Amino acid sequence: MAILINETTRIIVQGFTGKIGSFHAQDMINYGSNVVGGVTPGKGGQTHLGLPVFNTAREAVKQVGAEASIIFVPPAFAADSIMEAADAGIKYCVAITDGIPTQDMMTVKNFLRRFPANERMVLTGPNCAGTISPGRSMLGIMPGHIYMQGNVGIVGRSGTLGYEAADQMKRLGIGISSSVGIGGDPINGSSHRDILEKFENDPETKVVLMIGEIGGPQEVEAGLYAQAHMSKPVVAYIAGLTAPEGRRMGHAGAIISSAGESAAEKVALLREMGVTICPTPAAMGETVAAVLAGL
Amino acid sequence: MDIHEYQAKEILSGYGIKIAEGGLAYSPEDAVQRAREIGGHIWAVKAQIHSGARGKAGGIKICKTHDEVEAAATYLLGKRLVTHQTGPAGKVCGRLYVEAGTEIAKELYFCLLVDRSSERIVMVGSAQGGMDIEELARTNPEAITKIVIKPSVGLQDYQAREMAFKLGLDAEVISHAVKTINGCYKALRALDVSMLEINPLVVTKSNELIALDAKMSFDDNALFRQLKISELRDKSQEDPREMAAADRGLSYVGLDGDIGCMINGAGLAMATMDMIKLAGGEPANFLDVGGGASAERTEKAFRLVLADKNVKAMLVNIFAGINRCDWIAEGVVQAVRKIDMQVPLIVRLSGTNVEEGRKIIAESGLPIITADTLAEAAEKAVQARNEVVAKEAAGA
Repeated sequence: MAILINETTRIIVQGFTGKIGSFHAQDMINYGSNVVGGVTPGKGGQTHLGLPVFNTAREAVKQVGAEASIIFVPPAFAADSIMEAADAGIKYCVAITDGIPTQDMMTVKNFLRRFPANERMVLTGPNCAGTISPGRSMLGIMPGHIYMQGNVGIVGRSGTLGYEAADQMKRLGIGISSSVGIGGDPINGSSHRDILEKFENDPETKVVLMIGEIGGPQEVEAGLYAQAHMSKPVVAYIAGLTAPEGRRMGHAGAIISSAGESAAEKVALLREMGVTICPTPAAMGETVAAVLAGL
Repeated sequence: MDIHEYQAKEILSGYGIKIAEGGLAYSPEDAVQRAREIGGHIWAVKAQIHSGARGKAGGIKICKTHDEVEAAATYLLGKRLVTHQTGPAGKVCGRLYVEAGTEIAKELYFCLLVDRSSERIVMVGSAQGGMDIEELARTNPEAITKIVIKPSVGLQDYQAREMAFKLGLDAEVISHAVKTINGCYKALRALDVSMLEINPLVVTKSNELIALDAKMSFDDNALFRQLKISELRDKSQEDPREMAAADRGLSYVGLDGDIGCMINGAGLAMATMDMIKLAGGEPANFLDVGGGASAERTEKAFRLVLADKNVKAMLVNIFAGINRCDWIAEGVVQAVRKIDMQVPLIVRLSGTNVEEGRKIIAESGLPIITADTLAEAAEKAVQARNEVVAKEAAGA
């Protein structure tokens, strides 16, 4: 099962023929992802990496049955590409692009809400490492080899901290059903809560590790959801214990701008909601192992 | 990106928001000249620094004569003002805004922002202006009105009216208030403003609505299409190290601790800093070197971290994904050879080609302390730092 993607998911790459798009498309193909083509406006009809290039996402859906897309389009044009994918009937889209203006993301979210829930494209990112269902499909820029297949779901804002978690788990022989990066921007496609819901409904996932950080309300909202609606245990780590108030820590969204947004406050609230907290970022693997052992 | 009060007022004035007459001054002579041009018998001399709460910090002087204007300007120019928003280092005032005095009948609070929670635009107002809104939110949340605006349809007049009535305005100023609020909304949308705050928005004794202060922050991600706004950047108001880092494509935040850090990825950087803290140390900085950490970039990052003289040990933690550990190891070795490093260096590599990377470090012959795990790296960094401090104490 896994969530969002598996070995059959038909993938296209938007921004296919660019340097970054080409590099990661090849990497995904090497991993075994079912990449069926790509979109670069003006280059339709060409072949790239042995796959067809289309002018529009709609043609890609029509001609090669694209279901999922990954976006490597520059920030100024990325929001447009996301909306194009949604309108073309793509079911799942990962936006890798870092630096999309916040008001553009507001427009994207508004655009997506116009679709009835059952026809609405799922978006994760922007400014994320993508999604991987280990051993099946990779729709992202992560090093695929560090992920072992298994029963733990991971959702996180950060790329490399997600790798750290996967690596700690692999060292302990723990595998992953899917790992989803939701990105470090203030307005993102899917929240922690949205992804927890998908893991709750995935029979293969037994435990979920949520990797959050300072800023915004999403970790606490996810905790409330877990408390009210989840049968599966949730383990969390919140990064940014040492982050001072009002300073942006790399990610556009990683800033403590109001009460309840610091790591300490989030940890306290999540703990009250029954979420198991990793005492340190070096103990993400051990904490998940202990929870798995208790099932 | 933040801009100064006078810049925000100039922008807002173009959107139909009323402001008091005023002018910019770089010297006491300028300030007196501005006061003469404005005329009248009372002026406010206001320090232009990127921070709110300037009044409390002594950054706003009310003057009744030209001599007082000159004295206030002499006092404020070059002065370092410390507010709760600037941090203990404060910000140096290099420009003044001289403004005609306003006879205030009522002070209000008004703000528009892109709200990450609702993913829409939120308008916030209170009849209790002039004070810190966070403080008001804690002590008297009912005094604050919030109205959500859907960006697809935009701000409607009824919403602006609703806000105006909640602000306790008289019927005769309502239409002006609606115009003011609409102007603010248009500016926010057109200029990629992330937050626009008018505190206080005042009703004068002659029943006019005036923006007595104005603060605007812009979305850094949108500056590429807001070239006129980018030109308003005042580099003197920003941390020089952070500026230098940004110019080199690195993301750096200076902190008060003494363990320097270089990490790839914002999340892993924060987690590594947490680990340092949990191991008993304090990080000197946040530094994300990003995905493509080339040798050149690594060297720049090293120089940036070591420019902070408080640094007693430096920790490098790289999880190579697209990167390869051997490339990073080579970059680190090159950087250390080039730079005369005076503090112990702890390196932890993980991910793609980790064995090759460790081999390069080991065979370099350099006194680099290596670690396999995140926990080990933090512990070794704290230990190395403590040894340096102990040695310094023994020497002194």
